[in-house]
Amino acid sequence: MIAIIDYGMGNLRSVEKALAHVGAEAVITQDPAVLEQAAGVVLPGVGAFAQAMDNLKAAGLIEPIHRAIASGKPFLGICLGLQLLFETSEERFGDNPELPRGLGVIPGRVLRFPAGLKVPQIGWNTLHFPKQTRLFAGVEPGSHVYFVHSYYAAPADPGVVAAVTDYGIEYCSAVEVDNVMAVQFHPEKSSRVGLQILRNFAALC
Amino acid sequence: MLAKRIIPCLDVRNGRVVKGTRFADIQDAGDPVALAAFYDREGADEIVFYDITASAEGRCTMIDVARRTAEQVFIPFTVGGGVSDVQQMRELLSAGADKISVNSAAVRRPDLINEGAERFGSQCIVLSIDCARRIRPDGSVWWEVVIDGGRVPTGMDVLYWAEEGVRRGAGELVLNSIDADGTKDGYDNELNRAVAERVDVPVIASGGAGTLQHLVDGILIGKADAVLAASIFHFGQYTIAEAKAYMRAAGIPVR
Repeated sequence: MIAIIDYGMGNLRSVEKALAHVGAEAVITQDPAVLEQAAGVVLPGVGAFAQAMDNLKAAGLIEPIHRAIASGKPFLGICLGLQLLFETSEERFGDNPELPRGLGVIPGRVLRFPAGLKVPQIGWNTLHFPKQTRLFAGVEPGSHVYFVHSYYAAPADPGVVAAVTDYGIEYCSAVEVDNVMAVQFHPEKSSRVGLQILRNFAALC
Repeated sequence: MLAKRIIPCLDVRNGRVVKGTRFADIQDAGDPVALAAFYDREGADEIVFYDITASAEGRCTMIDVARRTAEQVFIPFTVGGGVSDVQQMRELLSAGADKISVNSAAVRRPDLINEGAERFGSQCIVLSIDCARRIRPDGSVWWEVVIDGGRVPTGMDVLYWAEEGVRRGAGELVLNSIDADGTKDGYDNELNRAVAERVDVPVIASGGAGTLQHLVDGILIGKADAVLAASIFHFGQYTIAEAKAYMRAAGIPVR
């Protein structure tokens, strides 16, 4: 069973249905005990970075997420769920002068796209792979996936980058470090290619 | 590189797909979910469902359409038509819709855009504008916002409303030319370009596509980020794959 973490950040139904479509049993949950039992964990999310961290804290999910990752079970961050794995984000919240802090699982920062680009990036863009990963097995370089985001992750260690995408700049659109995988795009909205990526993840669980 | 998108639009009444020509003369053409799944397989980049159901009870059928679509279709889909409060937005988004498009209700109460964007994020809120071409006494062209399916003029300039909508939080704009709609003579690219040059969100051309060259013109001349079309795909005149190949040959990045 794959646990999809529900923390009030966006609609999770599409992620659940896409995993079901590739034959995985998935449950939407807030319960740390379910995360503990799950064979794999998905952290989805759409919305503001700081709000998401506040919601995870309020739901008592920060420690259970760290435990799930430390246990070695496959973990997949999607969209905001990728960004939250990093240390800080430039997406400020209210008047707070400090950059909001993320889960800090992967060293690096989340940056805003530079001025002059249409932000958010909305639509289908291509993936290129600097290394072979389990998550993108069977996915052709140059495949299109669906993105909606204004910020992107800049990992401190380029070795964690699993895919890059060009949007005015070339940026990291996916990471894979041992059992921790994360994608900036929405595999659940990326048609055949996205379903292949979810199938790859589910096969590891 | 970000691809330009092709978006088939399905007009839905009481849970069935219809296609309006100049917003009248409606013809039945099938199950919206089956059509959406077909277009996903064909390579459509998104789907728009436009609900033209008149009654409030009929509206509930759209939630069911969204729910069933989310189970079978794994590309983004937008639901629009008659959405006038955040509660309706919430129901459609929880059913699985990715975006909500607002039109007349946002003209009547512009705060609807702010409320939707604050609650669900700008990426969920598409402002759809029905545009009527007008000529000033000095001969210059402007576009008037019209509502209620094109029947009611508002006196408001489309360029003003587009900028105001984006300022309030709309994440994308659909420009539907009511003059071009159903004519198959091509998009109003003067309109598309005028708006695209003023806003920094994606602009989607709508109304008038009759040939594959029209799709290309919408992108290259109209500067649109996506093209929306109905009849040329619904009645099998062209496949999405043919449209993509034609656009690619014209140098447009497509999926």
